[in-house]
Amino acid sequence: MCHATHDLKAGKENIMSTTFVDEKPTQNLEAFKGVKKVPHEEYYTSGHRTCQACESAQIMKLMAKAAGPRTIVLGATGCMYVANTSYYSTPWGVPWMHTQLGSAGSGALGVAAALRVQMRKGAMKDEPINVIAFCGDGGGADMGLNAISATLTHPDYNLLILMYDNESYANTDIQISGTSPYGANTSFSTPGKVKRIMHHRWKKNVAPLMIAGHPTCKYVGTISTSYPLQAMNNIRKALSIGGPTFIHCLNPCPKGWDFDPVLSFELGELAVNTGIWPLYEVENGNLHLYGKTKDIANGRFKRLPVRDYLLKQGRFAHFVEDDIEYFQSKIDEMWTKWLVPGVIPLQKEVEADDPPAR
Amino acid sequence: MATTTLPVEVEKKIHEQEALITGAEAIAIACKLANVDVVTAYPIRPYDTVMQYISQLVADGEMDCEYIVAEGEHSQFEIVKHASICGARVFCGSSGVGWMYAMEALTVSPALRVPMVCMVGNRALDDPGAFGVEHNDALAVRDLGWLLTWVDNAQEALDTALIAYRVAEDRRMLVPLAISCDGAFLTHSQALVRIPAAEQVKQFLPRYDRGDLLLHPDNVISVAPQANEDWVMEIRRQNYAVTERACSVIREVYADFGRTFGRKYGNPFFEEYLTEDAEVVLLGMGTLSTRVRVAVRKLREQGKKVGFVRLRWFRPFAGPEIAKCLERFKAVGVIDRDFSFGSPNLSGVVATEVRSAMYTGASTRPPVLGFICGLGGREVTVHDVEKMTDIVFEAAKGVTQPLTQWIGLRG
Ligand SMILES: Cc1ncc(C[n+]2csc(CCOP(=O)(O)OP(=O)(O)O)c2C)c(N)n1
Ligand code: SF4
Ligand SMILES: [Mg+2]
Repeated sequence: MCHATHDLKAGKENIMSTTFVDEKPTQNLEAFKGVKKVPHEEYYTSGHRTCQACESAQIMKLMAKAAGPRTIVLGATGCMYVANTSYYSTPWGVPWMHTQLGSAGSGALGVAAALRVQMRKGAMKDEPINVIAFCGDGGGADMGLNAISATLTHPDYNLLILMYDNESYANTDIQISGTSPYGANTSFSTPGKVKRIMHHRWKKNVAPLMIAGHPTCKYVGTISTSYPLQAMNNIRKALSIGGPTFIHCLNPCPKGWDFDPVLSFELGELAVNTGIWPLYEVENGNLHLYGKTKDIANGRFKRLPVRDYLLKQGRFAHFVEDDIEYFQSKIDEMWTKWLVPGVIPLQKEVEADDPPAR
Repeated sequence: MATTTLPVEVEKKIHEQEALITGAEAIAIACKLANVDVVTAYPIRPYDTVMQYISQLVADGEMDCEYIVAEGEHSQFEIVKHASICGARVFCGSSGVGWMYAMEALTVSPALRVPMVCMVGNRALDDPGAFGVEHNDALAVRDLGWLLTWVDNAQEALDTALIAYRVAEDRRMLVPLAISCDGAFLTHSQALVRIPAAEQVKQFLPRYDRGDLLLHPDNVISVAPQANEDWVMEIRRQNYAVTERACSVIREVYADFGRTFGRKYGNPFFEEYLTEDAEVVLLGMGTLSTRVRVAVRKLREQGKKVGFVRLRWFRPFAGPEIAKCLERFKAVGVIDRDFSFGSPNLSGVVATEVRSAMYTGASTRPPVLGFICGLGGREVTVHDVEKMTDIVFEAAKGVTQPLTQWIGLRG
């Protein structure tokens, strides 16, 4: 990009610099063409002590595999730190560092800046190194939102922020976060004698927040561990496209959602098939829905009732019929009223929101 | 006082320059000379002029670094913290509530062994909003493993910044270091400063090398895994060991600084002014020394044998040396530009530390009086110093004095 300014005093074009954005090459990771082409090497291995069938741990494994060995990973406080990386038994086969709960954005920026300047000054071998900072929903959608937002405005640092979303502050014993679903029973929102629904806020729509707010960010997407190959390939794309990128992953949590671990994978699928968790990527400003979400949007697949998803989880066991209906109506709204169905919550006409009495 | 004369032959060899600059500009120039890799900025007065100077140095092509304006101090310090662990030499800073906003990052940095060098432009903490100097901002990290130093003029600011990188990045140390500069009195006051040549600085300051602690794909390590009760005590003990070594490393670096640049600071930890024959002394940190010196000279004309000790390093606190120095006098007055509400004797932070050092390290224990003075940027006047000196002389005569007094207070 050519940056020319007009020097009024001198009355002539004055070329001050040749680029706005000093892009560095990435590793250009090609998509894995099928499950059989996925390498056997693991960079997230044994040593962690997460719950059985923890899907948050699953995305750690997929993320590390997708990124490969020339990668630095920062892990924000949360289950994927505390339950994951114990002194003397780290599961990480790539360099890894704990970062503070709200520091995924600032941490990734610091690492990318350090690599870039040292390579420029010849103090470090010049090569593309993946920088990934992961955080939970509490770390990313609540506490660290401002830092992530700032980082997504820095076009010249290559990095990925991956937010795994188990829909609660899980590590501290399951408390509501900005992404907990409406009505969920958590240790800060237990139903009581007078109030059945203690958590009456709707889940933050995080990926579109990143899309709409950061016009120079080249890649924002949602993934699910129930579609592992696609998840890995989207991570590879986010790492290859250049600049800062953001991925939001939904991760069923047997402990926090209160379900039999055998259902982890199925709940991930149900979240998509009920239309609760839409799968899409926004690449250079272009939105692609993918998987079952695309079929839902095209009318090729009829959304399953949210009841099928909600009633498999103990965190919704206190729901009465009204609550289920309300939940369903809000999901219907996403698909029938939103300007970009399932993604952007702008409506042509505002309709009254009428939740049931708590 | 720093001696600013160099042997002529040395001067010729090194093409040192002289310039009229502020304390903040002196530190910006030191960052350039130190070839700092990553700088993060966020606006808050009065420290932030250093970032204005650095931004200009970058824009003019005089300094090559990643210059990042963060969205808040928490990120500002987190960015350099991570950059430092990836091998970059870093600089940042703050003032007052900005420093407190970064507190989480400040807390974790010593145990992570991050040699970040920061400038604190000391400022009163809100509320009420005030721009003037108070030392409680920087002092808030005094128990956490930071190295803390107070400088009193622009030359010392520049020199200390270079010394700071050598000390902090020394493999025996690897801890964060804050250089405190009194807001306005130093950050914004100009003085003639000798700026050393780049080649000389290169010789004094080797590239930062994190060795096997570097976060890089060629060195697959996990930094700061969850430890819990199994190991936390041992890890804390490592930071304790750093503080045990700190004084000798600092002494070594000052000696080398003197050899390289020809400017010798003598005892790195504190500076004595007219103490040789003094009966009583005042002790304080930072720029108040200018007024105290004037007052001391005036009082000496009246035959009052008073001296002054300016504390340069608060962490490490050179306890035994300070005790040995102060035991010679009949009474000591400590001027605190800070408060420590509810502390023993309700004294300021420095007075409390001095008393603690004297209790164990001194063979005789003269009375140590605490003065709280010059808060929120209020001037410490010559008259204030005279008043404090008179009180200390009374104590020296054996007349009991309150252990803490507020000086220069209305009403
Ligand atoms: C500044 C700060 N406040 C609070 C905590 C306590 N804390 C530790 S882990 C955690 C939960 C984080 O939740 P999330 O980011 O969603 O990750 P999860 O545990 O769900 O994986 C909290 C609140 C902390 N570590 N740091
Ligand atoms: S509480 Fe949830 S996120 Fe945490 S380890 Fe268990 S299953 Fe995983
Ligand atoms: Mg969570």
